[in-house]
Amino acid sequence: METSLVTDQPQKDAVSKPISLWKQTYMRLRKNKLAISGLFFLLAMIAFSFIGPLFSPYVNSTVNVNLMNHPPSAEHWLGTDKYGRDVLTRLMLAGQISLTVGIASMVLSVLIGSVLGAVAGFYRGIIDQVLMRLADILMSIPGLPLLLIMGAILSEWKTPSEYRIYIIMLMLSLIGWPGLARLVRGQVLSLREQPFIQATQILGLSDKRKIFYHLIPNIFPLLLVVATLNVAGAILSESALSYLGLGVTPPTPSWGNMIDTANNLVDFKKRPWLWIPPGAAIFLTVISINLLGDGLRDALDPKMKR
Amino acid sequence: MKQYIFYRFLQMIPILIGTSFLIFVLFALLPGDYIDSNPKLTPERAQELRKLYGLDKPILERYVRWFTDLVKGDFGFSLKYQEPVTSLLNKFIWNSFLIAAVSLFFTWTIALFTGVISAVKQYSWFDGFVTLGVFAAMSFPSFFIGLLLIKFFAVDLGILPIGGMIDTGSNTTKLAYLLEVSKHMVLPVAILTLLSVGSLTRYFRTGMLEVVRQDYIRTARAKGLKERSIIFKHALKNALLPAITLLAFELPGLFSGAIITEQIFNWPGVGRIQLEALSFRDYPVLMSFTMLLSFLTIIGNFLADITYAAVDPRIRLK
Repeated sequence: METSLVTDQPQKDAVSKPISLWKQTYMRLRKNKLAISGLFFLLAMIAFSFIGPLFSPYVNSTVNVNLMNHPPSAEHWLGTDKYGRDVLTRLMLAGQISLTVGIASMVLSVLIGSVLGAVAGFYRGIIDQVLMRLADILMSIPGLPLLLIMGAILSEWKTPSEYRIYIIMLMLSLIGWPGLARLVRGQVLSLREQPFIQATQILGLSDKRKIFYHLIPNIFPLLLVVATLNVAGAILSESALSYLGLGVTPPTPSWGNMIDTANNLVDFKKRPWLWIPPGAAIFLTVISINLLGDGLRDALDPKMKR
Repeated sequence: MKQYIFYRFLQMIPILIGTSFLIFVLFALLPGDYIDSNPKLTPERAQELRKLYGLDKPILERYVRWFTDLVKGDFGFSLKYQEPVTSLLNKFIWNSFLIAAVSLFFTWTIALFTGVISAVKQYSWFDGFVTLGVFAAMSFPSFFIGLLLIKFFAVDLGILPIGGMIDTGSNTTKLAYLLEVSKHMVLPVAILTLLSVGSLTRYFRTGMLEVVRQDYIRTARAKGLKERSIIFKHALKNALLPAITLLAFELPGLFSGAIITEQIFNWPGVGRIQLEALSFRDYPVLMSFTMLLSFLTIIGNFLADITYAAVDPRIRLK
């Protein structure tokens, strides 16, 4: 036991070269089997959705009456839908949309949330009051009803299917930013009292520089964790909304609106290949993101060093 | 403490006004209304009806009228069901409350036990199993797991009903009725419990892990107390304290109706009414109900803060 300790970790190296935060994190993350399998699975899902269609002979196939509702076979691994389209290929194309919506709305809400949160925490006073009350208001309205109403507005305005996904991203980030802003604000409030920010004050740095070069980078590890988990939430919300017909609408495929076929009793009972694969895809993607996010949290949290 | 409650109470008022205004504006953005969706009406008659319901006035005036009515307890009139929103909600909200309350009970019981046990036996196989289960429970899309369970238990095995609250055309009473309703409740309650049990289990597990590491627990061990009494008498009490706050957050959830679960199981609750109101453009119902939920959320937050301040003196001294 004692000898292995000495040989495994050469003391000299640890002293002479300080290990960066990211390297430490990576090393700790690597030990977390669940998080790593989550990461691999997520990458596999991204590859499946974005590279998979290149290997599918059915990407450009249109409606084919002869192939309607075929069960899984050697040619169509997951069968065909009511228009004779290959379900596996649709699953890949839908994955592109669902993953993009999830990631894009996360990026948007992190941008809005961290900037507004940092500004509120940094300036305090009236700006803080206004921004935080706005966040309070948005957080008081339950998320799903709010999304449903906005989805209904989109439908009433007859938004075309190809623009709808962009508005869905906006809607999801509108729901997502208040929580993030609150978190960032809390962090900024405690960071701004620390000596290194007082030093930037003495150096006479501009506010913009203080916020974007000194405050936000310090919150970055925390943001990374929340952002990762946020993607999972966004994918779940998008799928629920699309399942109800108020999110991404056909002809644009998404995992949620593929499950919509289950609302047809015959499809639901007799053709499980139409709706079980997209549901499984959502579940597996979301669980791998959650595992990865949780692993990141543990790896970045210094308190975990025991 | 009194001062804190008072200050916190005052804080609710601007949020309430802001929330109601936002909800109102959102609905004003919707171009169609219930009258539009009835093609049988002549333009004159439609105009007459609009005037009757006050839909021809400017937004701000309509908002003020709507809000003062809400404060007076008048929640508006459902255009589709042709009855006051209050009586409509009253008819369906208790069905939602029923499944929400039962699943709340199961969620807390299961989460408490699994959370505490997996914390006490950290890194055991049980703990690993619970951790994975927690992640699975947090990652299921509600509608998909609902559909899967219906397919398995109701369609394939045929041991549970496919949906609704009672069998079609059934007029059972008393005990038989109770049995029938509980049979219909099994799947929806199971789903709702599954969806919320994950995060709560994690919460109890982390809380317990933190408490177990503290000095007074070591002291208790050093004194030679039984492990069981250390965990359940000394540690659990302190681990439970922050959870009281969580209970206050559950308040809106008891009445909100699970929109998706109710839709899938055809459960006659307010969640389904919301979706129905949305598709029939029965906006008075939706507006009042969304407002009611926001109100409950705000009250829930208020109660959570107050209870937290009551159990933790450090909060109110700030």
